[in-house]
Amino acid sequence: MRRLLSSASIAALASACLLGQILNPALLTQRLGDSWPTYSGDYTGQRYSSLTEINQSNVKNLTLAWTSKVTPGPGEQGASGGGRRGARTAAPVIVGGEGTGEVGTAAFGGATRIVGATLQVGGILYTSMPDNAWALDAHDGHELWHYFWKTKGGTHIGNRGLGLWGNWLYMETPDDYLVCLDAKTGKERWHKVISDFNQQYFSTMSPIVVGNHIIVGTGNDLDAPGFLQSFDPETGDLQWKWFATPQEKNDPGIETWANVDAARHGGGHMWIPGSYDPETHLYIVGTGNPTPAYTAHVRGEGDNLYTCSLVAINVDTGKLKWWFQTSPHDTHDFDSTQTPILVDADFNGKPRKLVLQATRNGFYFTLDRVTGEHLVTGKFTETANWDSGVDKRGEPVRNPKKDFDIGGALVSPANGGITNWPPPAFSPQTGLFYVPQNDSYAMYYLTETDPRGAMGLGGKEELGVATLGNYLTAIDYKTGKVAWRHRFPGNTTSGSSGLLTTAGHLLFGGDAGGNIVAYDPANGKPIWHSHLGLVSAAPETYMLDGHQYLLIAAGDTLFAFTLY
Amino acid sequence: MRLTNSTYLGSIAAVVLLASFATAQDPKQSPPQKPPSTNTGNTPVSPAGAPATTQAAQPPNTGRVRRSAYPEHPPADPAAIARGKAVFGVNCAFCHGSDARGGEGGPNLIRSELVLNDRNGELIGEVVHNGRVDKGMPKFNLPDATISDIAAYVHSFKVGGYDESRHQPPSILVGDAKTGQADFEKTCAGCHSLTGDLKGFGAKFSDPKILQQTWLMPGGSGRGFPGQQVAEVHVPPTTVTVTLPDGQKVEGQLGRIDDFLVTLTDSEGNERSFRRDGDTPRVEIHDALQPHRELLTKYTDKEIHDLTAFLETVK
Repeated sequence: MRRLLSSASIAALASACLLGQILNPALLTQRLGDSWPTYSGDYTGQRYSSLTEINQSNVKNLTLAWTSKVTPGPGEQGASGGGRRGARTAAPVIVGGEGTGEVGTAAFGGATRIVGATLQVGGILYTSMPDNAWALDAHDGHELWHYFWKTKGGTHIGNRGLGLWGNWLYMETPDDYLVCLDAKTGKERWHKVISDFNQQYFSTMSPIVVGNHIIVGTGNDLDAPGFLQSFDPETGDLQWKWFATPQEKNDPGIETWANVDAARHGGGHMWIPGSYDPETHLYIVGTGNPTPAYTAHVRGEGDNLYTCSLVAINVDTGKLKWWFQTSPHDTHDFDSTQTPILVDADFNGKPRKLVLQATRNGFYFTLDRVTGEHLVTGKFTETANWDSGVDKRGEPVRNPKKDFDIGGALVSPANGGITNWPPPAFSPQTGLFYVPQNDSYAMYYLTETDPRGAMGLGGKEELGVATLGNYLTAIDYKTGKVAWRHRFPGNTTSGSSGLLTTAGHLLFGGDAGGNIVAYDPANGKPIWHSHLGLVSAAPETYMLDGHQYLLIAAGDTLFAFTLY
Repeated sequence: MRLTNSTYLGSIAAVVLLASFATAQDPKQSPPQKPPSTNTGNTPVSPAGAPATTQAAQPPNTGRVRRSAYPEHPPADPAAIARGKAVFGVNCAFCHGSDARGGEGGPNLIRSELVLNDRNGELIGEVVHNGRVDKGMPKFNLPDATISDIAAYVHSFKVGGYDESRHQPPSILVGDAKTGQADFEKTCAGCHSLTGDLKGFGAKFSDPKILQQTWLMPGGSGRGFPGQQVAEVHVPPTTVTVTLPDGQKVEGQLGRIDDFLVTLTDSEGNERSFRRDGDTPRVEIHDALQPHRELLTKYTDKEIHDLTAFLETVK
């Protein structure tokens, strides 16, 4: 790790330039440590940092180093960072985009939080919100530049972060562009259409850089097909496109759909990044729910491949290597996009290459990641009642009586799921998989009596009832059984944020009360906390000037902790 | 699938009617679109930033109409829409449905990629003129002006899964009141009385759905969403007893609690907060609704429907 002078951002940027590329591509294949160069920190998705300066014995001494609040929109003033107000000229704001910006971030209220990865490379932080990207000096959080995209519209629910390839940053926009920025200046290099705005696609995913591929997913709540695409990092040209559902009458999996028209409108959107295995060149990602999500009979009675599945895509060819369906014929919009975690570990006395995933429907899976062979299925909730057990393939079986009802069907979980996008984590020190768990109930009322069903997410009214418990849960990957649960006191409807584990025998996560908490990963006992307001992204850690930092995003503000 | 065929027959009848009727009338329009932030597959996030689920399944009631995330087609000339509707009814509705959502063999046009990318008939016209013979779509020899009218009609429909104009729920009262009464005696009467706390309960609600949500979890997250009636029911507050190291007990209404802090409001209205270090001080939560929570794991849907049917009669 290069050490940077702490005095001035100019010097930091200059030194980064002098030393060549901002991101050495080799860094991406290393295990998580000094920097945070991609969505999950490294390709495994484990969110397990090898750093040990902060550990169980000294975590109580963590000190707030700085805070920095970012302001989305076309405003002229850059964020100042703690104590820097007025001390320097405002950071430049670069404006791009093909829309008017009128229906931008502010018009959708919920989009002004950091809910994705903040990259840290070379002493610079790169963070984002829908339509907005920032570079901040990691020493005090002051802004170096701010890029604002004038949007045409689209669902502004969140942005999961930026991708970095050499000196170039990549951002998806809600109105379906991939934007390439100069990481040093924030100036735009190009932007390309990645999906069709007229079909109501929206793009929130963090682009994932693998070799010379920029891997990009999108979202959609109408009945458009889901796909994963790979773009050339230099030109933005399409390299390949993999559809999550069959598109032609002879495509594999078509027999699981009523007809080609149903399959072509079948969804399966990949809106959370997957994980990557450099040995096999497999990008392993969870696919989204089938559509129409609720009035599902128009899709036929089949499994609706490859929706709600874990799929392994060869990054060189864009071809499907294997798949395992974690929620066949979903009827509750319980997508299976949750981050898969790649682990090399012992299984039945033999070392194996595994992939682990806990899905929105309340089930946990261990598979062989080279072949897709099913090894373990577990249910990590006691409330989920939409299923009637597990079949011989290891896949949960839906109970049609719990789809919905005109009089209402009481279903656990509510649509948000037992777990959702907040990233899980794994610690090789404990062999445990950590995941936020929300045991919620809702009534699902059928409102569409037209036998042709509804489109998208329509046709039902879902009214929340209660949550029986919010937990931080640890699962044994060998058995799929829950090793321990830490229950958040009271009956909160919100739960844990995404998670981080470290070689300092620590597990970090935001709790339901607005604290960042360090837990003992062996048993879930809290060791340290600080009340910041609800933690909105998974905690991150990295080295700067020879010391370990903990970076927390809570709403529109970043908090950096370290030991002094 | 628990769907009846009556509506389907109705739509066929509508096709026939349209074909002969051909009266100019705007297609059904929708009320302003809901905010797009819910149920996108991405968990909605509460304004304070935490991932939320059941609560945030409802959009926040901001009291203002939000912009659509996806621009609708600019409104076309009503006369063009009317002409288009007439032509559509005669030529297209049998296969594609009178509302363009699909009919006898023809696909749903509202979600069609080609239709979504069409502006004024330039793409639709190509298909209409050339047909899609391999898929059973014949050619139609229609003038460009008529194609433009058809496009205006098809584009006048709301595009989206959240179309509220289609939310026309039949009554949710599907249960048996008599069985519900027996269930009430068995499950509820230990705590509740029809002549006491639940006297006239059914009369408090004009919407049985809200009645059902309310008895399932009084004060629960099914209340308070836009456009829904909220009934005034007494919900006993959750209370908390904090036992300090010296044995002193402080009681009050629970404000918030996490692993490190508990906040309560005592009987004199003072808000008091106590630092928590593990089990010190001792904290006991008294949630009057705990039996309601535990029952969620036990009810069958039929029991819920029967109980609602019965409570509806308690006027």
